[in-house]
Order: sequence, then C-alpha cells, then structure tokens
Amino acid sequence: MKHVIKNILATLATLLLAAPAVAAEVNVAVAANFTAPMKQIAAAFEKESGHKVVLSYGASGKFYAQIKNGAPFQLFLSADDEKPAQLEKDALTVPGSRFTYAIGSLVLWSAKAGFVDPKGDVLGKGNFGKIALANPKLAPYGSAAIEVLTKRGIVTTLTPKMVQGENISQTFQFVSSGNAELGFVALSQVMKDGKISNGSAWIVPDVLHTPIRQDAVLLATGKDNAAARALLTYLKSETAKKIIRSYGYNI
Amino acid sequence: MFLEQSDLQAIWLTLRLASMVTGILLLLGTPIAWWLARSRSWFKGPIGAVVALPLVLPPSVLGFYMLLAMGPNGPVGWLTKAVGLGNLPFTFWGLVLGSVFYSFPFMVQPLQNAFEAVGDRPLEVAATLGASRLDAFFSIVLPLSRRGFFTASILTFAHTVGEFGVVLMIGGNIPGATRVASVQIYDHVEALEYASAHRMAAVMLVFSFLVLLALYAWRSDTQKRG
Repeated sequence: MKHVIKNILATLATLLLAAPAVAAEVNVAVAANFTAPMKQIAAAFEKESGHKVVLSYGASGKFYAQIKNGAPFQLFLSADDEKPAQLEKDALTVPGSRFTYAIGSLVLWSAKAGFVDPKGDVLGKGNFGKIALANPKLAPYGSAAIEVLTKRGIVTTLTPKMVQGENISQTFQFVSSGNAELGFVALSQVMKDGKISNGSAWIVPDVLHTPIRQDAVLLATGKDNAAARALLTYLKSETAKKIIRSYGYNI
Repeated sequence: MFLEQSDLQAIWLTLRLASMVTGILLLLGTPIAWWLARSRSWFKGPIGAVVALPLVLPPSVLGFYMLLAMGPNGPVGWLTKAVGLGNLPFTFWGLVLGSVFYSFPFMVQPLQNAFEAVGDRPLEVAATLGASRLDAFFSIVLPLSRRGFFTASILTFAHTVGEFGVVLMIGGNIPGATRVASVQIYDHVEALEYASAHRMAAVMLVFSFLVLLALYAWRSDTQKRG
C-alpha cells in the first residue's frame, strides 16, 4: 500500500514539474486599441507553440497602476512608449526586453461619406459642430492630433468644437455614432483588410506628428516564464508583423 | 495652491450638476413614487421594473446607449432637434438628462417606501374631514414622509457626485461643461499624476463626509423633536 502511494505521489510530482516546461501559461496586459490584432496573434502563437495565452484588455494607465501594485501579468503591451519606460525605471521589468511592437497611424475620419476630403482641408472650412480627439494628456493619438492642428495653425479656432474621448476607442464611438461629425482616430479602427470600409477619411502623413510608438515589455514577474519569453519573440516574427500591418499599423 | 484651477472648476461643476439633478428628480420622482405606492393597476409592475433598470446595466454600457439615443441618429436626439434644443451629448444639459435617468431609482425607491409606510389610514381620516386629495398630500403625506425625502435626496445627490461611467461617455471631457470631478481624478490617475489625484480625492472625500455628517446630525435632531 505504502508503495502504491509513493508511486502515485512520484507520478504527480513528475506531472506537476513537467507541466510548465511543456506548456506554460502567460498573462498579457494588452492596450485596448490592440485588442483585435492581439487576439489573432495569440491564436496563431498558441497553435504553433502549445503555450497558453491569457489576454486582458484595458487602458494602459490603469495597467501601469495595477502592475506597480503586484498585478499578475508577465507581459505588457502598452498603447504608448512612456509607461513601459516608466516601469523599467521602477525596476519592474526585465532589462533590455522593451521594444516597439507597432507604430500607429492617425486618420481624420467621418462616418459620413464624402465629408472628409483626402487632404484634410475640411479642417480649415470648419463646417462642423464637433470634432473628436483622444485626450491629448493621456493618449498618444490625442497629442498627435494636436500636433497636426498646431502645424496647420488652427488649434485655437477649433478648441471650442473639440470633444475628448478618454481613449481612442471612446473617440471612435463619438464619431461613429455621429455625435461628432468627424474626429482623429486610429487607422487601425477604420481599416479592415487593408482598406477603409466606410465613411470618409484623410490618412494623416506620418511627418506631421511624432511617431505613435506602442512598446511592449517583459515584466519582472515573467522573467522565468517560458511562454512569456516565447510570445515576446513571436511578436517580432514576420507572421506577427504581417497581422499587425493588416490592421493599419506600421512596423 | 493646494488644488489646481481646473480641479476647482471640476468640483464646482459637479456640485451644480448634482444639485440640478436632485431638484429635477424631486419634481419628477415624487408623482411617480406616489403612483407606484398607491396604484393597484397591473401596470405598476412593469413601471417599477423600468425605474429600477439603471441599477442593472453597467454605467459605461448605459452611457454608450445614451450616447446613441441622444445622438443625431437616435430617438432622443431627433426629439431634441425637433424642438430646437440641438444635440445634447457633450453639453451640460446632456449630462443633466443622463444623470436624471441614471439616478432615477435612487430617488423613486426611497420615496415609494416612505409613501407606502404612511398607509391608507391617515388619508381616509383626511378624506372624512373633507380634505381634497391634493390637500391631503401636502398637509399629511409630505410631512409624514420627510425622512424618505431626505434619504432620497441624499442618495440622489451622492450618486450623481460619484457618477463616472455615464458622464465619461456622454460628456466628452470638456472643461467647465462636462469635465466633472470624477473624470478629473481619473484623468490625473491615467496621466500618472498620482499626487494631484490624491489631493483632489482627499478634498472630495472630506467634503462629502462633512456634508453627510451635517445632514445626518440634522436628521437625528429632527427625529428627537419628532
């Protein structure tokens, strides 16, 4: 009897110890704007590697606060490059793991067809009630929009017409519901399979604003997590990049 | 300065919004609560359920549907445009409308309970003495249910001050018009300006505590005197 129990315990121990080496699990904090491509990347990665990926979506600022207070994430895909850098300063990351996984493109978009001309001259005409943008203090897409308007010299004239979304998803809802006639949103929100499917848009040239870098970082908690390391490498692979580009990001 | 100018602006706006909503709901909620308390109509169940609905939906989801309803393609938006009010989202009055709907159960339910507690007897007596129904309401029911009014107003006011998801969605974060205190604190937190967030949260907390303390002290005082 003793022998049997010993055997069972030994088998259990082997199973428990072996399990992480075969298929580990990684918890990833993902910026809300990257939800759709990340789902696709995670599915492809799981199939290829056998690891399990658990995704949480949300605002990067909230994730920052959660990670600082011990949230169980091993990988963080931020909507900007500031928060991962800050976490690195806080010594909560694996040094040298930070990199840019996507560069966002800004687009001036309206749900109405023919409202936004391909050069964005509609901005100067001002024949609209509200223009939506993401909060420039919080969202890189918002500060990029302000840069564009500053270069055109129309920030002050447009300020009374501005409504701010807390993030780029809310900004998109303001415009798509018609509450704001037009707004600066992410190209990834209006682009599907390489083209803008509805409404009208001006894809803002990259030279008009500082690049909207989205950085990822391996957190200190994921230092020995095989799945986290593998996923980080996978994000840099050509397969992943192809998926990322198809959603309107540069990389 | 302990608080920034924009923080003070947000607090002032919040107080204006909460007072406005409480006032409107007192006028709107009282007849509905009265009807719910007295009616024996089969319609009472469905109306009571509709009043309680804002409790069920998550605020940001509720805000999203309000945005659609109040927008240029929504039924409420169509109505406000038809009567010349324009579109309500991103305006102070849009926030008032949204908050009135969102805080509805917090006004109606305590009032309904208070009215039900009054019972039939005082009204029957008043009727025998020749009081009209309106007269009976104002001279008997109102004084008898003043604690219900008190609770309902406090809950509505406090709930509006603490509201976040709905105002974030239909407000558009415009300084002086729709950027209320909760949104301002959220902005500070998201921008990693924790010190500013802590300061403002502390001010809100102390202020709310003092107001509630004063009101509850007043309430137990009136209770003692009957």
